[in-house]
Amino acid sequence: MNSDTTTHNETKISIRDLKLWYGDFEALHGIDLDILSGKVTAFIGPSGCGKSTFLRTMNRMNDRIPSCRVEGQILLEGQDIYAPEVDVVQLRTHVGMVFQKPNPFPKSIYENIAYAPRIHGLVSDGPDMDELVETSLKKASIWNEVKDKLQQSGTALSGGQQQRLCIARTIAVKPDVILMDEPCSALDPIATAKIEELMDELKQEFTIVIVTHNMQQAARVSDYTAYFYLGDLIEYADTHTIFTAPKHQKTEDYITGRFG
Amino acid sequence: MNNGTEMNNASDMHKGTEMNNIALDSTVETKSASFMNTHKSPRQLKRERADKRFHWYGFTAIAMALAFLVFFFIDIIGQALPAFDKTEVQVTINYTQAATKNYNKAVDKSVRRIVSRAWLRSIPQYLQAHPEMIGSSHVEWVPADSRVDQFIKEHDGHGLKSKYQRTVKKMQQENRVRSVFNTTLFTRGDSKLPEYAGIWAAAVGSVFTLLITMLVAVPIGVMTAIYLEEFAADNRFTRLIEVNINNLAAIPSILYGLLGLAIFISFFGVPRSSALAGGLTLALMTLPVIIITTRASLRAVPESIREAAYGLGASNLQTAWHHVLPLAMPGILTGSIIGLAQAMGETAPLIIVGMMAYIPDAPTSILDATTVLPAQVYTWSTESLRGYSERTAAGILVLLTVLLSLNALAVKLRNRAQQTW
Repeated sequence: MNSDTTTHNETKISIRDLKLWYGDFEALHGIDLDILSGKVTAFIGPSGCGKSTFLRTMNRMNDRIPSCRVEGQILLEGQDIYAPEVDVVQLRTHVGMVFQKPNPFPKSIYENIAYAPRIHGLVSDGPDMDELVETSLKKASIWNEVKDKLQQSGTALSGGQQQRLCIARTIAVKPDVILMDEPCSALDPIATAKIEELMDELKQEFTIVIVTHNMQQAARVSDYTAYFYLGDLIEYADTHTIFTAPKHQKTEDYITGRFG
Repeated sequence: MNNGTEMNNASDMHKGTEMNNIALDSTVETKSASFMNTHKSPRQLKRERADKRFHWYGFTAIAMALAFLVFFFIDIIGQALPAFDKTEVQVTINYTQAATKNYNKAVDKSVRRIVSRAWLRSIPQYLQAHPEMIGSSHVEWVPADSRVDQFIKEHDGHGLKSKYQRTVKKMQQENRVRSVFNTTLFTRGDSKLPEYAGIWAAAVGSVFTLLITMLVAVPIGVMTAIYLEEFAADNRFTRLIEVNINNLAAIPSILYGLLGLAIFISFFGVPRSSALAGGLTLALMTLPVIIITTRASLRAVPESIREAAYGLGASNLQTAWHHVLPLAMPGILTGSIIGLAQAMGETAPLIIVGMMAYIPDAPTSILDATTVLPAQVYTWSTESLRGYSERTAAGILVLLTVLLSLNALAVKLRNRAQQTW
């Protein structure tokens, strides 16, 4: 793992010897990885390799699975997010998440955005909230499509619009990191292109970690790529290196389509 | 050739698994060369016959069920309709001094058994309240005796003696007999005289009892379900609770009556026959139904909604309260209403807590002795006088109307809140 390429960049999340079990099954065998601030990091690998599981450890979404047990450290700006005194609710306002299937709340578009800032007391209802809703929707480049129908249900939008709404909802809490779990796998190519374009803009402000099955997507949107296989991190480098000169045979086999 | 077989197989699949099995059971034949219907193979004919037979089974079953239903409704309505009319007779009433002591003196001997005895009995009370009437005499329409009522309605077994039959016929010729809407049925409680028996006391009792059931069973049931589904860890203990709740939903309802008798009446000293005792007992019975339906509707809320909320940093309680519960609400309401409708029609556990009682007056508090609609129907059905049998049917009709309205409300709530996500 050639982390030497990352020396001049600031580390956002650093993962040290992370192991994860589902009951007796060890799903991750000691992952070490640094996620860099303001970059898009992509996780690729065949199904069941642990990349989604790994992504979910970063905002502790896997806490909800009773049989799941984690060892090792995940340091978000130097603080261990698995430390006993961590408030998971607060953590998730720092590390937001966008899911595979667009999952807007069956409420109005406005409510979808306003919900999280309201429960966290970031902004009070009124003009401030209106402004936050507008900027969030603009940042997710969906404002022009929905500005006239903010009171309509978020579920009435198309799949791609729903997913951008979910991104807007996530950035409304102003997280440091956005985790994206295969955000385009349920979308058509045009909607996918829009989301990819969006990621490029969002990385100015946020650190993005994305899991994807689509290697072209990883190559297009990410600055760094990590290849996972059977719960091991095989190779992690800048995307250009991974796709042009992978060090490991397994990585090369996977990205050239000989395997996976 | 291959192609043809595939097409046949595909159409087989559409006919459902049962048809498929029938086709597979038969002996292997040479494959038909074409899938066009120019010549039907025996295999195809057999398949088509089986298909047609299955259609008929289904159709017959539905037709039979409908026939039973129609028969039931026609029978009940036919029996109940006469109860909504009552006969009145025009007689001269002498509000004499003697009538204040002996109500029989108020009317002439010839019509004494023709007017309602329950009405006659009320005269002294009436005169006490209106002393100015004493000494006067009026021609009034008064309720007829139940036997007269049944005789006028030409029901068998009216039990009116032939000398009174003659009197009534004579009064009819003089236009002194009329039929009016039976308000008594809806305004009075039970009576030992059928012409004065009504469902009001039982209806009020039902409302009181059901209110208690609702106030106890719905909050406890819904909270239990939310806790089990959204908060409790999935371990041996919660699984044990779950199995037992499912079992409780299946035990005979009369056992809840015994439980209610032992706990509420014997231990806590709740008055016997009261709406409180009955309502609590029915709440015990309704709880498992509400818990099970609530859990089912909570489980039907997609996991992605919970993930969305957790991903935004909502707590367990916020997720459940803001997102899961509103989406599950139509299901919870439907389940609760169906549970309550079931409780409303229930009699067995109420026999044990003493609600199968003769209650002439509507209860004024939840501690008063009370009866409920189904219990009232049962009480009347055991009476021998002809007048009670039509009231039994009328009681059933009222109960059915209430239950059907409750179920319709449940269906409406479910349909209105069909969500997309």
